[in-house]
Amino acid sequence: MTARAWDGIAAVGSGILFGVGLVLSGMTRPEKVVGFLDVGGAWDPSLAFVMAGAIGVHVLAYRWTRGRKAPLFTAKFGIPSRRDIDVKLLLGAAVFGVGWGMGGYCPGPGIVSLASGGTGPFVFVAAMLLGMFVTAKLEELAAASSDRNGQERAKVV
Amino acid sequence: MQNFTPFSSLAGGVLIGIAASLLLVASGRIAGISGIVGGLLAPRAGDRAWRLLFLIGLIGAGLVMAAITPSGMTASPRALGWVAAAGVLVGVGTRLGNGCTSGHGVCGISRLAPRSLFATATFMAAGVLTATLLRWLGAVS
Repeated sequence: MTARAWDGIAAVGSGILFGVGLVLSGMTRPEKVVGFLDVGGAWDPSLAFVMAGAIGVHVLAYRWTRGRKAPLFTAKFGIPSRRDIDVKLLLGAAVFGVGWGMGGYCPGPGIVSLASGGTGPFVFVAAMLLGMFVTAKLEELAAASSDRNGQERAKVV
Repeated sequence: MQNFTPFSSLAGGVLIGIAASLLLVASGRIAGISGIVGGLLAPRAGDRAWRLLFLIGLIGAGLVMAAITPSGMTASPRALGWVAAAGVLVGVGTRLGNGCTSGHGVCGISRLAPRSLFATATFMAAGVLTATLLRWLGAVS
Protein backbone atom coordinates (compact mmCIF):
# COMPACT_ATOMS: atom_id res chain seq x y z
CA MET A 1 0.00 0.00 0.00
CA THR A 2 1.12 3.53 -0.73
CA ALA A 3 1.90 6.10 1.94
CA ARG A 4 -1.06 8.12 0.69
CA ALA A 5 -3.41 5.18 1.33
CA TRP A 6 -2.00 4.76 4.86
CA ASP A 7 -2.45 8.50 5.41
CA GLY A 8 -6.15 8.09 4.52
CA ILE A 9 -6.55 5.06 6.74
CA ALA A 10 -4.96 6.96 9.63
CA ALA A 11 -7.46 9.82 9.07
CA VAL A 12 -10.48 7.48 9.17
CA GLY A 13 -9.05 5.55 12.13
CA SER A 14 -8.36 8.76 14.04
CA GLY A 15 -11.91 9.99 13.34
CA ILE A 16 -13.41 6.71 14.58
CA LEU A 17 -11.35 6.64 17.78
CA PHE A 18 -12.08 10.33 18.37
CA GLY A 19 -15.83 9.77 17.95
CA VAL A 20 -15.95 6.74 20.28
CA GLY A 21 -13.86 8.66 22.81
CA LEU A 22 -16.14 11.69 22.74
CA VAL A 23 -19.27 9.60 23.39
CA LEU A 24 -17.63 7.41 26.06
CA SER A 25 -16.22 10.46 27.83
CA GLY A 26 -19.61 12.18 28.23
CA MET A 27 -18.77 15.12 25.95
CA THR A 28 -21.83 14.32 23.79
CA ARG A 29 -24.11 14.96 26.79
CA PRO A 30 -24.44 18.76 26.82
CA GLU A 31 -25.98 18.75 30.32
CA LYS A 32 -22.70 17.21 31.57
CA VAL A 33 -20.68 19.91 29.80
CA VAL A 34 -22.86 22.63 31.28
CA GLY A 35 -22.61 20.85 34.67
CA PHE A 36 -18.81 20.97 34.38
CA LEU A 37 -18.69 24.65 33.42
CA ASP A 38 -21.25 25.70 36.05
CA VAL A 39 -18.73 25.37 38.88
CA GLY A 40 -20.99 27.15 41.38
CA GLY A 41 -23.95 24.82 40.72
CA ALA A 42 -24.10 21.03 41.07
CA TRP A 43 -20.54 20.77 39.77
CA ASP A 44 -19.67 17.65 37.74
CA PRO A 45 -15.85 17.51 37.46
CA SER A 46 -15.88 14.54 35.03
CA LEU A 47 -14.71 16.53 32.01
CA ALA A 48 -11.45 17.41 33.75
CA PHE A 49 -10.73 13.66 33.52
CA VAL A 50 -11.33 13.77 29.75
CA MET A 51 -8.74 16.52 29.37
CA ALA A 52 -6.29 14.72 31.69
CA GLY A 53 -6.59 11.43 29.78
CA ALA A 54 -6.28 13.01 26.34
CA ILE A 55 -3.35 15.28 27.23
CA GLY A 56 -1.59 12.51 29.16
CA VAL A 57 -1.49 10.34 26.05
CA HIS A 58 -0.84 13.10 23.53
CA VAL A 59 2.17 14.47 25.39
CA LEU A 60 3.92 11.16 24.62
CA ALA A 61 3.06 11.37 20.90
CA TYR A 62 4.36 14.92 20.72
CA ARG A 63 7.57 13.90 22.46
CA TRP A 64 8.02 11.18 19.79
CA THR A 65 7.75 13.77 17.00
CA ARG A 66 10.56 15.88 18.40
CA GLY A 67 13.23 13.34 17.50
CA ARG A 68 11.96 12.93 13.93
CA LYS A 69 12.08 14.93 10.69
CA ALA A 70 8.78 13.63 9.27
CA PRO A 71 5.69 11.65 10.29
CA LEU A 72 5.27 8.06 9.06
CA PHE A 73 3.22 8.62 5.89
CA THR A 74 3.49 12.29 4.86
CA ALA A 75 6.41 14.59 4.05
CA LYS A 76 6.29 16.91 7.06
CA PHE A 77 4.74 17.82 10.38
CA GLY A 78 2.10 20.54 10.18
CA ILE A 79 2.55 21.79 13.73
CA PRO A 80 1.58 25.47 14.24
CA SER A 81 4.64 27.61 14.93
CA ARG A 82 3.04 30.93 15.95
CA ARG A 83 3.75 32.01 19.52
CA ASP A 84 2.31 35.55 19.61
CA ILE A 85 -0.75 36.24 21.76
CA ASP A 86 -2.95 38.67 19.82
CA VAL A 87 -6.37 40.22 20.43
CA LYS A 88 -7.96 38.10 17.72
CA LEU A 89 -6.91 34.86 19.47
CA LEU A 90 -8.28 35.92 22.85
CA LEU A 91 -11.46 37.48 21.42
CA GLY A 92 -12.11 34.32 19.36
CA ALA A 93 -11.52 32.05 22.35
CA ALA A 94 -13.85 34.18 24.50
CA VAL A 95 -16.63 34.10 21.86
CA PHE A 96 -16.18 30.34 21.50
CA GLY A 97 -16.34 29.89 25.29
CA VAL A 98 -19.60 31.85 25.51
CA GLY A 99 -21.12 29.62 22.82
CA TRP A 100 -19.80 26.48 24.54
CA GLY A 101 -21.31 27.44 27.90
CA MET A 102 -24.55 28.47 26.17
CA GLY A 103 -25.32 25.28 24.23
CA GLY A 104 -23.09 22.69 25.92
CA TYR A 105 -21.56 21.70 22.57
CA CYS A 106 -18.08 22.26 21.21
CA PRO A 107 -17.44 21.37 17.54
CA GLY A 108 -16.49 17.66 17.88
CA PRO A 109 -19.37 16.55 20.12
CA GLY A 110 -21.81 18.61 18.02
CA ILE A 111 -20.76 16.78 14.85
CA VAL A 112 -20.73 13.32 16.48
CA SER A 113 -24.19 13.99 17.95
CA LEU A 114 -25.60 14.42 14.42
CA ALA A 115 -25.71 10.60 14.57
CA SER A 116 -28.39 10.76 17.28
CA GLY A 117 -30.82 12.20 14.72
CA GLY A 118 -31.85 14.88 17.21
CA THR A 119 -32.85 18.40 16.13
CA GLY A 120 -30.45 20.16 18.50
CA PRO A 121 -27.19 18.86 16.97
CA PHE A 122 -28.41 19.71 13.43
CA VAL A 123 -29.31 23.24 14.44
CA PHE A 124 -26.00 23.60 16.30
CA VAL A 125 -23.82 22.30 13.44
CA ALA A 126 -25.69 24.29 10.76
CA ALA A 127 -25.32 27.48 12.83
CA MET A 128 -21.64 26.68 13.50
CA LEU A 129 -20.91 26.21 9.77
CA LEU A 130 -22.68 29.50 9.04
CA GLY A 131 -20.58 31.25 11.70
CA MET A 132 -17.35 29.74 10.33
CA PHE A 133 -18.24 30.60 6.74
CA VAL A 134 -19.20 34.22 7.44
CA THR A 135 -16.09 34.75 9.58
CA ALA A 136 -13.81 33.29 6.90
CA LYS A 137 -15.41 35.57 4.26
CA LEU A 138 -15.05 38.66 6.46
CA GLU A 139 -11.40 37.76 7.15
CA GLU A 140 -10.81 37.48 3.39
CA LEU A 141 -12.39 40.90 2.83
CA ALA A 142 -10.35 42.44 5.65
CA ALA A 143 -7.14 40.92 4.25
CA ALA A 144 -7.96 42.17 0.72
CA SER A 145 -8.70 45.69 1.98
CA SER A 146 -5.51 45.86 4.03
CA ASP A 147 -3.62 44.69 0.92
CA ARG A 148 -5.19 47.55 -1.07
CA ASN A 149 -4.36 50.06 1.64
CA GLY A 150 -0.81 48.74 1.70
CA GLN A 151 -0.50 49.18 -2.08
CA GLU A 152 -1.92 52.71 -1.94
CA ARG A 153 0.53 53.63 0.80
CA ALA A 154 3.31 52.16 -1.32
CA LYS A 155 2.21 54.37 -4.27
CA VAL A 156 2.21 57.50 -2.11
CA VAL A 157 5.70 56.68 -0.90
CA MET B 1 -22.16 15.20 42.05
CA GLN B 2 -24.50 12.24 41.32
CA ASN B 3 -23.50 12.40 37.64
CA PHE B 4 -19.75 12.14 38.31
CA THR B 5 -18.23 9.61 35.84
CA PRO B 6 -14.45 9.68 36.39
CA PHE B 7 -13.69 6.26 34.88
CA SER B 8 -15.62 6.48 31.60
CA SER B 9 -14.53 10.11 31.18
CA LEU B 10 -10.86 9.20 31.70
CA ALA B 11 -11.19 6.22 29.31
CA GLY B 12 -12.88 8.43 26.70
CA GLY B 13 -10.16 11.03 27.16
CA VAL B 14 -7.45 8.40 26.63
CA LEU B 15 -9.17 7.34 23.37
CA ILE B 16 -9.29 10.97 22.23
CA GLY B 17 -5.58 11.25 23.05
CA ILE B 18 -4.82 8.08 21.04
CA ALA B 19 -6.88 9.42 18.11
CA ALA B 20 -5.00 12.73 18.09
CA SER B 21 -1.68 10.88 18.45
CA LEU B 22 -2.46 8.57 15.51
CA LEU B 23 -3.13 11.57 13.27
CA LEU B 24 0.07 13.30 14.43
CA VAL B 25 2.40 10.30 14.24
CA ALA B 26 1.04 8.90 10.95
CA SER B 27 0.30 12.13 9.08
CA GLY B 28 1.81 15.03 11.05
CA ARG B 29 -1.59 16.68 11.40
CA ILE B 30 -3.29 18.40 14.32
CA ALA B 31 -6.60 16.80 15.39
CA GLY B 32 -8.44 20.08 15.90
CA ILE B 33 -12.05 19.53 14.89
CA SER B 34 -12.87 23.18 14.13
CA GLY B 35 -9.75 23.43 11.98
CA ILE B 36 -10.52 20.19 10.14
CA VAL B 37 -14.06 21.39 9.34
CA GLY B 38 -13.00 24.98 8.62
CA GLY B 39 -10.40 23.77 6.11
CA LEU B 40 -13.22 22.20 4.08
CA LEU B 41 -14.99 25.54 3.68
CA ALA B 42 -12.05 26.92 1.67
CA PRO B 43 -10.15 23.79 0.59
CA ARG B 44 -6.67 23.90 -0.87
CA ALA B 45 -5.62 21.35 -3.52
CA GLY B 46 -4.81 17.93 -2.07
CA ASP B 47 -5.95 18.97 1.39
CA ARG B 48 -9.56 17.82 1.26
CA ALA B 49 -9.53 13.98 1.30
CA TRP B 50 -8.06 13.44 4.78
CA ARG B 51 -10.49 15.96 6.29
CA LEU B 52 -13.49 14.20 4.75
CA LEU B 53 -12.15 10.77 5.80
CA PHE B 54 -11.66 11.97 9.39
CA LEU B 55 -15.22 13.37 9.53
CA ILE B 56 -16.66 10.18 7.99
CA GLY B 57 -14.92 8.20 10.75
CA LEU B 58 -16.16 10.64 13.39
CA ILE B 59 -19.82 10.47 12.31
CA GLY B 60 -19.57 6.73 11.59
CA ALA B 61 -18.38 6.17 15.16
CA GLY B 62 -21.31 8.30 16.31
CA LEU B 63 -23.79 6.10 14.43
CA VAL B 64 -22.34 2.93 15.98
CA MET B 65 -22.26 4.46 19.48
CA ALA B 66 -25.85 5.75 19.06
CA ALA B 67 -26.92 2.14 18.37
CA ILE B 68 -24.93 0.65 21.28
CA THR B 69 -25.56 3.30 23.95
CA PRO B 70 -28.45 5.59 22.94
CA SER B 71 -28.16 7.37 26.31
CA GLY B 72 -24.64 8.52 25.38
CA MET B 73 -26.00 11.42 23.31
CA THR B 74 -28.55 13.61 25.03
CA ALA B 75 -30.32 16.77 23.92
CA SER B 76 -28.95 20.11 25.10
CA PRO B 77 -30.55 21.33 28.34
CA ARG B 78 -31.03 24.69 26.59
CA ALA B 79 -33.92 25.70 24.33
CA LEU B 80 -33.34 25.48 20.58
CA GLY B 81 -32.92 29.26 20.18
CA TRP B 82 -30.00 29.21 22.63
CA VAL B 83 -28.49 26.22 20.79
CA ALA B 84 -28.69 28.07 17.44
CA ALA B 85 -27.07 31.19 18.91
CA ALA B 86 -24.44 28.97 20.57
CA GLY B 87 -23.64 27.37 17.20
CA VAL B 88 -23.03 30.75 15.54
CA LEU B 89 -20.78 31.87 18.42
CA VAL B 90 -18.81 28.59 18.36
CA GLY B 91 -18.34 28.92 14.58
CA VAL B 92 -17.23 32.57 14.73
CA GLY B 93 -15.07 32.09 17.84
CA THR B 94 -13.20 29.00 16.67
CA ARG B 95 -12.38 30.66 13.32
CA LEU B 96 -11.16 33.90 14.92
CA GLY B 97 -9.27 32.04 17.65
CA ASN B 98 -7.87 29.32 15.35
CA GLY B 99 -9.13 26.37 17.37
CA CYS B 100 -11.43 24.74 19.87
CA THR B 101 -11.36 22.27 22.76
CA SER B 102 -9.46 19.67 20.70
CA GLY B 103 -6.95 21.80 18.78
CA HIS B 104 -6.06 24.20 21.62
CA GLY B 105 -7.28 22.24 24.67
CA VAL B 106 -5.76 18.85 23.86
CA CYS B 107 -3.17 19.18 21.05
CA GLY B 108 -1.87 22.65 21.91
CA ILE B 109 -1.64 22.14 25.66
CA SER B 110 0.18 18.82 25.10
CA ARG B 111 3.03 20.72 23.47
CA LEU B 112 2.72 23.69 25.86
CA ALA B 113 2.03 26.08 22.97
CA PRO B 114 1.60 29.56 24.49
CA ARG B 115 -1.27 30.52 22.15
CA SER B 116 -3.17 27.36 23.12
CA LEU B 117 -2.57 27.88 26.85
CA PHE B 118 -3.99 31.41 26.64
CA ALA B 119 -6.85 30.36 24.35
CA THR B 120 -7.85 27.44 26.60
CA ALA B 121 -7.75 29.56 29.77
CA THR B 122 -9.90 32.16 27.96
CA PHE B 123 -12.57 29.83 26.58
CA MET B 124 -12.78 27.92 29.87
CA ALA B 125 -13.30 31.18 31.78
CA ALA B 126 -15.88 32.41 29.24
CA GLY B 127 -17.68 29.04 29.41
CA VAL B 128 -17.79 29.10 33.22
CA LEU B 129 -19.11 32.68 33.25
CA THR B 130 -21.77 31.91 30.63
CA ALA B 131 -22.99 28.68 32.25
CA THR B 132 -23.18 30.43 35.64
CA LEU B 133 -24.94 33.51 34.26
CA LEU B 134 -27.51 31.43 32.38
CA ARG B 135 -28.32 29.46 35.56
CA TRP B 136 -28.88 32.74 37.42
CA LEU B 137 -31.13 33.93 34.61
CA GLY B 138 -33.07 30.66 34.84
CA ALA B 139 -32.33 29.76 31.25
CA VAL B 140 -31.32 26.19 32.08
CA SER B 141 -34.29 24.71 30.23
